[in-house]
Amino acid sequence: MTLLAIFGVISSAIYSGTSLLYATLGEVVGERAGIVNLGLEGILLVSAASGVAVAGMTNNPYLGIMAAMLAGGLMNLMFGYLVITRKANQLASGLSMMFFGFGLSALIGRDFVGVKITALPKLLLPGLSSLPRLYTSLFRFDFLIILVVPMAFLIWWLLFRTRWGLVLRAVGENADIAFASGRNPLWMRYQALFLSGLLAGMGAAHLAIVYTMSWTQYMTGGIGFIAVALVIFSKWHPLRAIAGVLIFSGAVAFQLLLQASGVQVSPFLLNSIPYVLTIIVLIAWGGNRKQSAPASLGRVYQGTE
Amino acid sequence: MEPSIGFHPVNRIPEPDTASSQVPYLILRGVTKRFPLVLANDHIDLDIFQGEIHALLGENGAGKSTLMKIMYGFYRADAGVMNVNGQPVEIHSPAEARKFGIGMLFQDFSLIPAMSVAENIALFLEDLKMVVDIRQVDKRIQELAVRYHLQVRSQIKVSELSIGEQQKVEILKLLLSGAKILILDEPTRVLAPHEVAALFKVLDNLRASGYAIILITHKLKEVLDCADRITILRGGCVTGSLLRSEASEKKLLDLMFGKEMPGLSTQRRAAGKDRLDPVLELRDVETHGEGAETSLKEINLKIFPGEIVGVAGISGNGQKELGDLVLGMISCARGEKLLFGKEATQISIREVRRQGVAFIPENPLVMATIPWMTVLENLALTRPWRYAIRGGLSVNWGSVKKDVQAGLEKMAYKLPLYAPARSLSGGNLQRMVIIRELGLDPRFIIASYMTRGLDVQSTIAARQALLDARQAGAGVLLISEDLEEIFTLSDRLIVLYGGRIVGEFVPEETDIYQVGYLMTGSSSENGATH
Amino acid sequence: MAQPTETPKRKTFMGQKTITAALRYILMLLLSLVLFGIILALAGKNPIQATIDIFRSTLGSSYGISEVIVAMVPMVITAVAVAIPSRAGLINVGVEGQLYMGACLATWGALTFTQLPAWALLPLLIALGMLGGAFWAFIPGFLKAIGLVNETITSLLLNLVAVNITAFLIFGFWHGPMDTNKTASFIPAARLPTFFGTRIDLSLVFALALLWLFWYLMKYSRWGLEIRAIGGNPQAARRNGIPLKAYQVTLMSLGGAIAGIAGMSLVSGYYGLLLANFSTGYGYMGFLISWLSFGNPVGILLVSFLVAMITTGGNLLQLTQGVPYAVINILLALSLYIVMARPKFFKEAKQ
Repeated sequence: MTLLAIFGVISSAIYSGTSLLYATLGEVVGERAGIVNLGLEGILLVSAASGVAVAGMTNNPYLGIMAAMLAGGLMNLMFGYLVITRKANQLASGLSMMFFGFGLSALIGRDFVGVKITALPKLLLPGLSSLPRLYTSLFRFDFLIILVVPMAFLIWWLLFRTRWGLVLRAVGENADIAFASGRNPLWMRYQALFLSGLLAGMGAAHLAIVYTMSWTQYMTGGIGFIAVALVIFSKWHPLRAIAGVLIFSGAVAFQLLLQASGVQVSPFLLNSIPYVLTIIVLIAWGGNRKQSAPASLGRVYQGTE
Repeated sequence: MEPSIGFHPVNRIPEPDTASSQVPYLILRGVTKRFPLVLANDHIDLDIFQGEIHALLGENGAGKSTLMKIMYGFYRADAGVMNVNGQPVEIHSPAEARKFGIGMLFQDFSLIPAMSVAENIALFLEDLKMVVDIRQVDKRIQELAVRYHLQVRSQIKVSELSIGEQQKVEILKLLLSGAKILILDEPTRVLAPHEVAALFKVLDNLRASGYAIILITHKLKEVLDCADRITILRGGCVTGSLLRSEASEKKLLDLMFGKEMPGLSTQRRAAGKDRLDPVLELRDVETHGEGAETSLKEINLKIFPGEIVGVAGISGNGQKELGDLVLGMISCARGEKLLFGKEATQISIREVRRQGVAFIPENPLVMATIPWMTVLENLALTRPWRYAIRGGLSVNWGSVKKDVQAGLEKMAYKLPLYAPARSLSGGNLQRMVIIRELGLDPRFIIASYMTRGLDVQSTIAARQALLDARQAGAGVLLISEDLEEIFTLSDRLIVLYGGRIVGEFVPEETDIYQVGYLMTGSSSENGATH
Repeated sequence: MAQPTETPKRKTFMGQKTITAALRYILMLLLSLVLFGIILALAGKNPIQATIDIFRSTLGSSYGISEVIVAMVPMVITAVAVAIPSRAGLINVGVEGQLYMGACLATWGALTFTQLPAWALLPLLIALGMLGGAFWAFIPGFLKAIGLVNETITSLLLNLVAVNITAFLIFGFWHGPMDTNKTASFIPAARLPTFFGTRIDLSLVFALALLWLFWYLMKYSRWGLEIRAIGGNPQAARRNGIPLKAYQVTLMSLGGAIAGIAGMSLVSGYYGLLLANFSTGYGYMGFLISWLSFGNPVGILLVSFLVAMITTGGNLLQLTQGVPYAVINILLALSLYIVMARPKFFKEAKQ
């Protein structure tokens, strides 16, 4: 277990954690407005496929990122139509979006498997340039990684220090009261979902365009579900989400470290660790969870006469 | 402090008084609202002046809340006009109502428990900036709070406030959102007598500053104490409109009911009841409340067959939890529970019911029935073991029907057996629940806010059913927020505060003020204050 | 107070209710066909020709029909596995994982008890399948009942774990001499018998039996009444003494057991061995079908048939016309989407 290996694993944890954090932040926004999106996995896939497709076609990774964000936003609006306007059950609707995402992403990405994508410029954090070349290459981060933690702070500020955020949270707690205060809960939920989709798109873009620089079917490997679980873990708070993602990526990194150091454990068992860990964490935090969730989470807003 | 002009009875168009005329701030003429099954408001006329407290009196179902909902923009009237400050208006939403200065304080507060007081109020501010400076908001709150004796801690979450404090927040919210007319819907339902006095002091202050206050209530005493003018609704129509000086309890009752209110055939239990085994005994019981639940501590209670024990207390001090504890919804963290003399601390709800315990909760639609199932199916639910045949593979609907018919006959009532439960009115639903619960002669009945929200006739029927059950030898735990109900029906009463029993009385030896003080945790004044 | 008049007993099987239900499903079929056509056109294929091909390949020959039935049977079983808990308001998305675990345990039985004759081995395998699935569903059920975690999230995550466990067992212990991703073929005694030279096996009987049991349970039994009460109003049910937690755990486990039967049927019948990732989403398909048919037994049968027709035909399309399988996913998802969007003709009183 060389220092290189350890650093390598930390670096990969940061890379994968970034996508996860974007997706989690997006889901926090949506759930604070009262909507659970189990279809996040499908939406991430569609964003990733769209991003790779556009990046491949235009040879411009930035356009690819924007395409991914837009795709995420649009998919979430489609989801929103079901759960907001048609007032359908959120859990089942989410799953239908998941399937839709599986299929649509396969269609979109079909022609782009193995396409070449221009890499994003990567910057080195100041202060690390004195390290040997071998190490610095591990710590060159693109702008999406650099932005992700500030983004968490931005979301926090948006939710807790602005009028928009106040109304969003009110809608998630009690849409009737929000309506009584003169706001439109339905419209607010659409906005929340759109922002959530944009953030998810950023996460998917990072995974596909920057990290793996390719598209494969089902490449997100469950991070959509993990993100939903992490939202619960972080009690719907953007800043705690950072901690949650750190812990989780740390566990994933640890698993990789085990593999890298030649420990003879079946890769399949190791693959299960993230999911089992999430369940255990959910259980451990279970008692507190009920009081912290937005009161209207999952409930359909019926509207008044 | 009467309004400064002569009063215009509202069933004729008021003539302008040339001398010192004060135009009503809010005028309703001919307001009508029809629902599929009922005419809720029938050509209602109403005048509200600034600087007055106007009581709107009527029993449940008379049309008061519909009228208020129209004024506040939740409903649109089918006919009629509304004038605010001299201008005709059409109000389509609560936000619009607020623009015209109309503010409403609901029975169940419209506050968000997870957010702070300041945030809750900020949500309703008209001029809230895009970037919220919560400290600014706070300052504005404190200014008003001091002026009208509505002090409240504004940075803490609403869920941590007492009910009285929450009500203050609601009033502040209305004032800060620019209301000139405050509509208060049954504001004293959750308050103890001296908290009511404090509220009315606040209302007095507001009235003196020119606010108009509409008080929706069915409590005659309050109306006679503090209202300037009184309008009575019955069956959707205005049956009368009086100055306070012209009103008396009897007159108001006449206008509210138009007939003699049927009394209860109560026979106070004769002293010296036979000391049989108590139907319920709680020894040193303690519970751990989760979330918003109140924890019960050191509960020692005995209820004997053939007696009604009333539980007085303000919502949130453990009454509901006590009822749920006895039923088995909540478990004892410590102590023992005995039913009919036998140890019952850990048994399941099903077992509790099997032994002959009945439970009548408030709000039957939410708490006791399955809305889309038929009445017949609902009635089979409580004792499925009685109706299951072939080990549960089938249900004997014939015997369900038989039991139901017997119960209906006993109560002298009819119910449509095959209609879905949700199509029944609240009163009918509660009767259905009562038939189900009392139909098989339970030995012990828990009645938890049984008559909340019910119309008068159903209330009387429910109370009579309890009394009849007591006559037949059942023990009753009567949990209620209506002190009058407790005093009328109970043989003994206890007072809960903060999850503890703080007083135990026989009704004849106390009065509502003594009980009221205990309910709010102050040591009782020596009974004579009024 | 005016009292509503008595209404006669609800119309039973033959009557207005059935006709509207039938119309609903026909409408769904038509809608699916139209959607399918649109998607195909977008994918650059001729929709009319494709639709004709599907019908011809599936319903046009007895072989075709038998293939559709083969595809349909696991879906019916998994749909029932979802539908029963759904009546009590439980959302069992973990059917996929429960299916895998049932298959695993059954595989263990098939590989271990090679001495037993078929009439002893097969019931044992069924029992093992049920046990495996029940266990996997018990976990989220139990966690839900003690109030810790929502069963949807846990069962979803467990799906992913189950697939990994299956792969682990195969690669680590059970793989056959030739391949690493599947076991050796099961002995004949461990195989479900088939009918008339088709690939339809005994699991068809399981499926029909489960459907009938489901229908009978909900309509006539006391447990069905209590289950529906829980689904209608859990708080009221609890106050009436219905043991909520016991039902939650039992129903989830029951759903898991049924899913386990599906898993066992797939390895013992269709495949004859355990293959890594053998389930092409049967569990999720069952979930979709249960929702599309509003948890109604007859609906499950019809919708499963429809879905099976589409997937079987779709497989063929993939081979003959190069239409990617993803299109099927899209079609099913959109069908569910439209049903959930509840345009007026799909409105039905909540079960």
